[in-house]
Amino acid sequence: MITQNPGRWDFHGGIHRPDRKSLSAGKFLGKLPLPEILTLPLQQHIGSTAEPAVTAGEQVHKGQIIARTTEYIGAPIHAPTSGTILGIEERPVPHPSGLNAPCILLQADGKDAWGELPEPLPQYADLDPSLLRERIRWAGIVGLGGAAFPTSVKLNHGPDRPIQTLVINGAECEPYITCDDLLMREQADRIVEGIKILLHVVEAEECLIGIEDNKPEAIAAMQQAVAESALRNVQVVQVATRYPMGGEKQLIKVLTGKEVPSHGIPAEIGVICINVATAAAVTDAVIAGRPLLSRLVTVTGEGIANPGNLEVAFGTSLSQVIAHAGGYTDLAYKLILGGPMMGFTLGNDQVPMTKGANCLLLAGKEEAPDPDKALPCIRCGKCVEVCPAQLLPQQLYWYARAKDLDKTREYNLFDCIECGCCSWVCPSHIPLVQYYRFAKTETWAMEKEKQQAEEARRRHEARTERLERLEQERKARLRQKKEALEKKTARGAADPKKAAIEAAMKRVAEKKARQSRENEER
Amino acid sequence: MEFPVHTSPYGQLPNNVTRLMGQVLLALVPGIIALVYYFGWGVIINICIAITTAVAAEAGILHLRKRPILPTLMDLSAVVTAVLLAIALPPLLPWWMTVLGVLFAIIMVKHLYGGLGYNPFNPAMAAYVLLLVSFPLSMTRWLPPEMLNQYPLDFLQSLTIIFGGQFPDNLTWDAITSATPLDEMRTRLEMHQTISELSQSPLWGDFGGRGWEWIGNWFLIGGLFLLWRKVISWHIPVAMIAGLLLSAGIFWMIDPEAMPSPAFHLFSGGMILGAFFIATDPVTASTTPRGRIIYGFLIGVTVYIIRTWGGYPDAVAFAVLLMNMAAPTIDYYTKPKVFGAREDKDG
Repeated sequence: MITQNPGRWDFHGGIHRPDRKSLSAGKFLGKLPLPEILTLPLQQHIGSTAEPAVTAGEQVHKGQIIARTTEYIGAPIHAPTSGTILGIEERPVPHPSGLNAPCILLQADGKDAWGELPEPLPQYADLDPSLLRERIRWAGIVGLGGAAFPTSVKLNHGPDRPIQTLVINGAECEPYITCDDLLMREQADRIVEGIKILLHVVEAEECLIGIEDNKPEAIAAMQQAVAESALRNVQVVQVATRYPMGGEKQLIKVLTGKEVPSHGIPAEIGVICINVATAAAVTDAVIAGRPLLSRLVTVTGEGIANPGNLEVAFGTSLSQVIAHAGGYTDLAYKLILGGPMMGFTLGNDQVPMTKGANCLLLAGKEEAPDPDKALPCIRCGKCVEVCPAQLLPQQLYWYARAKDLDKTREYNLFDCIECGCCSWVCPSHIPLVQYYRFAKTETWAMEKEKQQAEEARRRHEARTERLERLEQERKARLRQKKEALEKKTARGAADPKKAAIEAAMKRVAEKKARQSRENEER
Repeated sequence: MEFPVHTSPYGQLPNNVTRLMGQVLLALVPGIIALVYYFGWGVIINICIAITTAVAAEAGILHLRKRPILPTLMDLSAVVTAVLLAIALPPLLPWWMTVLGVLFAIIMVKHLYGGLGYNPFNPAMAAYVLLLVSFPLSMTRWLPPEMLNQYPLDFLQSLTIIFGGQFPDNLTWDAITSATPLDEMRTRLEMHQTISELSQSPLWGDFGGRGWEWIGNWFLIGGLFLLWRKVISWHIPVAMIAGLLLSAGIFWMIDPEAMPSPAFHLFSGGMILGAFFIATDPVTASTTPRGRIIYGFLIGVTVYIIRTWGGYPDAVAFAVLLMNMAAPTIDYYTKPKVFGAREDKDG
């Protein structure tokens, strides 16, 4: 069943914010030269932290796995170039907390020599999907749209959830960001090849590629690539430009008319959604046998001299990325990783490039002003009008502020995608999303605590039970011993006792006899 | 280079509370001009007394509550409350009653509950009701509209009456005041007059009280401006007017001689003002989209019930306060369906 008339559906709410994409759209500033030292965080994805597979002083080749994951949800990390491992140390990483995290430090030797790679699989159509998933997992591919969720996990939808539609996300709805746009314009073939592979892996019937209508060049390039590929079941769909069109759930709704269930995942409704850059990375992994070592990143904003897009190896310091784009202008006021709606600010540029980093926004003071002082909520309901998850942000705010976590869950806090639309329109300038993040973190912490308490209780109960059992066993053993002893004495004592009595009586009788004999003698 | 850090999103729609309240005040201008035209200078004097009192009262209580004074005053919400109350008051109300009403609105109804955003009741309407039940006589002494007014008062005369209670030569309250159309309608109907008899009266215009019937249009202009500027949403005004027209329509069709027409109800009293400016106060209204429709509709129906069978000629203030009480419950039962709601769960 092919989706009829995709693009006629709509999602609730959303906002129009000046997209400022023209600053960097279509501009490719080239591939950034490899730095001398690369800093590779062990956690560049959603899921468990990768564990180092190398030690200090070890020589590594380009493409060699230097950290791998043992958990299901996780991704390995590869050496982006050949060189020597300097060590594994805590370093600043791009994270909203600004805290340090373990990183592998790699000194490049300048040879950029590839190590041994798995064989290319151009005949993938004859291979089993699980083999291809394994290859994608090996390549360390995660969602390159920004969320960095391990792609192989997403593709493993399970036999009970057949996939009908593969949605390819080329919406790129966040203002300023243009790296997906550039990729679609310049490397549409690579994306379409990835789509072919993905269609085979998830065994989907059709593929819908959603692109916002503010990217006509990308739409044209993708349409041409699809036409040349002669894929009948792949369709490029122009969607309206409205933030957050590129939200997974929103795009799926607009393209297929289906809503991803609350607290659910797209596979439950037979859909898998993959970003265009991720699809291109899949092509490299399968066709060329190459892991994910670099990505396209947009460097833009009033604060950068020469805005554009660069290909950057993971582990490269952001300061080098900025320098390559002409350096800061006098207007640079904030350094934002990601877009202006969902990104986060960095205190400085001394952090490395990671897999999820799609944009580096050097915002001017007018583009990203300091937040105004928040006024009380007047319940005007503007946030309700724009919420794409159809929540009641004003009520959620009320309960999050009061730390009434049960109520926030009742009001579907966990369906909030943190898109920021509510904060954007709020006339009282309340940092609403911040309250929701707070409530979510608190809930997780509480759940963890509850789990730990539950665990402790179970352990305590097990211990009590064990002690009781031991005690009973000890008592039982004791009783057995006693009984055995009693029985033994009872059985063995029959003769000796009698004998003792008889002996005593004998002795008494003898004594008496002796005495009477002595009396007679006197 | 070091950069400041805070959470996303970065940037804001250029909008704020001051701007919203400012637009409400702007939208009130046509209606106020109409009121001054029909009822004279008293309207302006009342507005001035009310604004002065409101600003002073808010500044004072903010000082007591140790809150920033100027930034809070700048949100203009106190001014909006003052103006809404002032235009609902009779034009020659003694000054101290206006002052009392505003003090009650700002101090008791607004700030004792926590200030802007936390008050469960509409301050202007609560103050109006306080004055109405405390001073029923003064609160029902309205002037006749301009075309029926035999003794138009100039600015100084209005000022003297409001502040000194002294009338120009030979004039008394009875000479210069007149009942409102709603009052008139009520009294006449109680005297078992029919509506066709009643409409012979010189007080009667095309479908409502002469002069009065056109004031609503001027407030309507302001209301449409607010809708256009997206300061208010359509839900409450439309539902409230629908609630009134529907109930009035049903009874009017049953007995057009004893029951005034829906148009009379719509353009009498505070209906249009209430629908666009008072019931739409977001703080005290229902906040869900469906809830707002229910909230507005019930206000409309309640207005009709009180006007027809209750003890007071107009009822917008009572109806709004009653529904203020119901708003949290309405909100609770009208949560919108969340994106991807599961049928088994979110039913």
